[in-house]
Amino acid sequence: MNIFAGILGLLNIDAFKHDLVQYFGVAAMTLTGVFVVLALTYFKKWKWLFSEWLTSLDPKRIGVMYIAVAVLMLVKAGTDAGMMRLQQSISVGSNQGFLKPSHYQQVFSAHGTTMIFFAAMGLMFGLINIGVPLLIGSRDVAFPFLNSVSFWLFVAGMLLLNTSLAIGDFSGAGWLAYPPLSELQFSPSTGVDYWIWSLQIAGVGTLLSGINIIVTIIKNRAKGMSLMKMPMFVWSVFGSMTLVIFAFPILTVTITLLYLDRLLGMHFFTGAGGGNPMMYVNLIWAWGHPEVYILILPAFGIFSEIVATFSRKRLFGYTSMVWAIWAIVLLSFTVWLHHFFTMGSGGDVNGFFGIMTMIIAIPTGVKIFNWLFTMFRGRIKFASPMIWFMGFIILFSIGGVAGVLLAVPPADFQLNNSLFLVAHFHSMIVSGVLFGYFAGLTYWFPKIYGFSLKDEIGKYAAYFWIVGFIVAFVPLYILGIMGATRRMNHYSPSLGFQPLFIVAGIGVLIIGAGLFIQVIQIATSIRDRKKLQDKTGDPWNGRTFEWSIPSPAPEYNYAILPVVKERDQFWKEKQNQSNKSHKKFKDFYMPKNSYLGLVIAFFAFSLGFAAVWHILWLFIFGVVGIIVVVIIRSLDENRDLLVTFNDLSRADQLAIRNEQ
Amino acid sequence: MKKIKLIFIIILPLLVIYIGYLYLKTVNFAVLNPKGEIAAKEKNIILFAMMLSLFILVPVFVMLITFAFRYNEKNKKAKYTPEFDHSRIFESIWWGIPTILIIILSIVTWQSSHSLDPFKPISSTKPTLNIQVVSMNWKWLFIYPDSQVATVNDLTIPINTPVNLEMTSDAPMNQLWIPQLAGQIMCMPGMVTHLNIIGNTAGTYRGVSSNISGKGFAGMSFKAHVTSDNEYKNWISQARKSQNVLNLKGYQELNVPSEYVPATYYSYASPGLFSYIYNKYMGPASDNISTGMAY
Repeated sequence: MNIFAGILGLLNIDAFKHDLVQYFGVAAMTLTGVFVVLALTYFKKWKWLFSEWLTSLDPKRIGVMYIAVAVLMLVKAGTDAGMMRLQQSISVGSNQGFLKPSHYQQVFSAHGTTMIFFAAMGLMFGLINIGVPLLIGSRDVAFPFLNSVSFWLFVAGMLLLNTSLAIGDFSGAGWLAYPPLSELQFSPSTGVDYWIWSLQIAGVGTLLSGINIIVTIIKNRAKGMSLMKMPMFVWSVFGSMTLVIFAFPILTVTITLLYLDRLLGMHFFTGAGGGNPMMYVNLIWAWGHPEVYILILPAFGIFSEIVATFSRKRLFGYTSMVWAIWAIVLLSFTVWLHHFFTMGSGGDVNGFFGIMTMIIAIPTGVKIFNWLFTMFRGRIKFASPMIWFMGFIILFSIGGVAGVLLAVPPADFQLNNSLFLVAHFHSMIVSGVLFGYFAGLTYWFPKIYGFSLKDEIGKYAAYFWIVGFIVAFVPLYILGIMGATRRMNHYSPSLGFQPLFIVAGIGVLIIGAGLFIQVIQIATSIRDRKKLQDKTGDPWNGRTFEWSIPSPAPEYNYAILPVVKERDQFWKEKQNQSNKSHKKFKDFYMPKNSYLGLVIAFFAFSLGFAAVWHILWLFIFGVVGIIVVVIIRSLDENRDLLVTFNDLSRADQLAIRNEQ
Repeated sequence: MKKIKLIFIIILPLLVIYIGYLYLKTVNFAVLNPKGEIAAKEKNIILFAMMLSLFILVPVFVMLITFAFRYNEKNKKAKYTPEFDHSRIFESIWWGIPTILIIILSIVTWQSSHSLDPFKPISSTKPTLNIQVVSMNWKWLFIYPDSQVATVNDLTIPINTPVNLEMTSDAPMNQLWIPQLAGQIMCMPGMVTHLNIIGNTAGTYRGVSSNISGKGFAGMSFKAHVTSDNEYKNWISQARKSQNVLNLKGYQELNVPSEYVPATYYSYASPGLFSYIYNKYMGPASDNISTGMAY
């Protein structure tokens, strides 16, 4: 095979030929892009966008950009979910539905990939960027420029994935692309390469972020904040990022090997030539299972902050919670085989991994009881984050119990790869991860923007999501028990699946309505932002000291860095005014904006696109470009700006004068 | 206003559940409706684990709802202890009780992982029937080595007879699932797995592939017939009358991608065919793979 052929590689006119449904998607994507460009030009916002946002190294702004991209991807992958349910609602008997089988495969592969890597991970890193520096009393992350590079690599990966919609096709091998189906023999198009390279690029960004955040937590904590005084969210992020550092290199290597199989005809995972596809399955789950905990731990952390704040009570069992997090971190690397008991490893191996999986349920259960006892004898305010919390506890417990059931190998033999399994992991990822992130978004929104979101509308959004989730996924639990497998684009009417698929489709619509209400919530809150302004900086009667500074938090977070004496420092200060520490203001440095992260992402995208289409010159262009930019940045010594008293925000100046 | 809310919160869900119940009475819950010993045991384990989980779910839901009502900020009479954040007794309870439940479930897991290992032959007074299974793009090939017949998308087995399915794949990975007879096991190229099943009630059951293997995946369903011994013998002799022969040439003609393949019968299947199929992936990579040089 010609590896790197010609000026355009494998790219030719066929890559732009699609069916009607796909053209519709391309048109929607292009029109959205054109609309955004026109709007920016019309309102003359390009310069503002570039200098205030795209080049910003402020973790809060990077966080907001992460969230914006993630929400876009949530909508896109949600549309995929709608298409899947629509197909399954109508594709019965003689009706083949509106998606061709190969297109249907691409839709569910893209749904999973986008949701995990670009929606969930994006929301997670957004909230980590916003939350962690504030909660540990730091002005920035440890490596601000690296943070920007991570974000832009995430964007480059996202763009590459979405390019597959217009140019060529996407992988049809599922979100984990098991070989041999993902090998060249069975997936000859460049779809799997798009999958590999969008994950590869975003994955490197994730790994860099993981290192960055861990160093931030270890090195940048406020004076006096020993590890056991850290807010629980910071602990959970610490655990999650530890998993990132250990798990993501496995992903990088595994999909590199898969790419070598496809590019150079090697035989790591092929059926033939001494390769072994099950090696891939082992490796991908050695990353994939920790990945689930990477996503869920920060959500646990957010709920820990929220339930304490809204119960007006200290978090119950802090030490237990910390141990539970680290038990989960450790155990999550010992359970990967439970994803394929059906490989037939025998009683000893299956029994071992089954039991290890169940053991994880213990620390998770402990966390749930600790949250419940944080509510016990509290004064609970049912603002919308608490509604998300209530929904989370109910749905996540059910999903967790389904997970323990699936951990028993003989039960798994019956339910593996059925829709029961699909319903189980959506219980974890939607009602665990997403609900947690939505709660966190509502919770920290005023600190970032200076005004609160309308809480009544937020509650309705939560109700719609919770009800929608039940309507969409209870039928899937039932379907799984009826023997419906996942990823079917067509089935026989005699099975009686159709009504349940239709109900599940209605559930997706209700969830869509919930998402729409959230959009309305944000839009009307922006319109009424004057009325909703957060004047005190402490809208929820908070406990941690991000609520001690004015909203919106200034770029440097804290004019005077806090000194920590105990957990829930700010709560104590509010109770006992004399406890407040008086410190003098000192000048400090903040990093200057840099557009080089954006440039690195441009080269990374070129590199990825070249690798997908086998365009040699573009590949070299990308690699050399990245190296040159890194050298340029390394030689730049003028990276920081001195911030003096006069540069502080007026609120901070006033506060400091008052104290002296 | 309050009445409307009440209708929405209580009556509407009840109505939905009732309609759902009426509908679900008419359908077949394959996993909970086993027709063989293995599936029956697997069902019992599923039900046992579900029961056990109620020990966690019920307290969690009860506490969540009680606490939510009792300690709502509107209820000023409720006790409020903002500094109460630790209790050795309480925490011992919820490290302890889940641990006990998991120990119980672990014992069940360890035992059942061994007793219900799909590779383990089923003990019976009748001799075990061996059937070789090949998942192909996109159909199932069943070879009956003892009778030397073969079928595509039709698995017929005699009642109360332990059956050992020897499985491999000549395509991407698939996973064989006949929910009413036994759980799933993967079929992988170059490897042989075993799935021991038994049918204790005569009837026709649905079998599928549960692992995505390409565009024809949804059409990889087949019928598994459990028949009496006499019917089985008739079925074999019926299959022997077929014009089709599954020698290497016949196999190569079959081994092209096809979808929604109707049940097809072969009066003869070469004895070495199955080992040829999984062995062809074992040698050095060459373009000869599909031409059968090794055979």
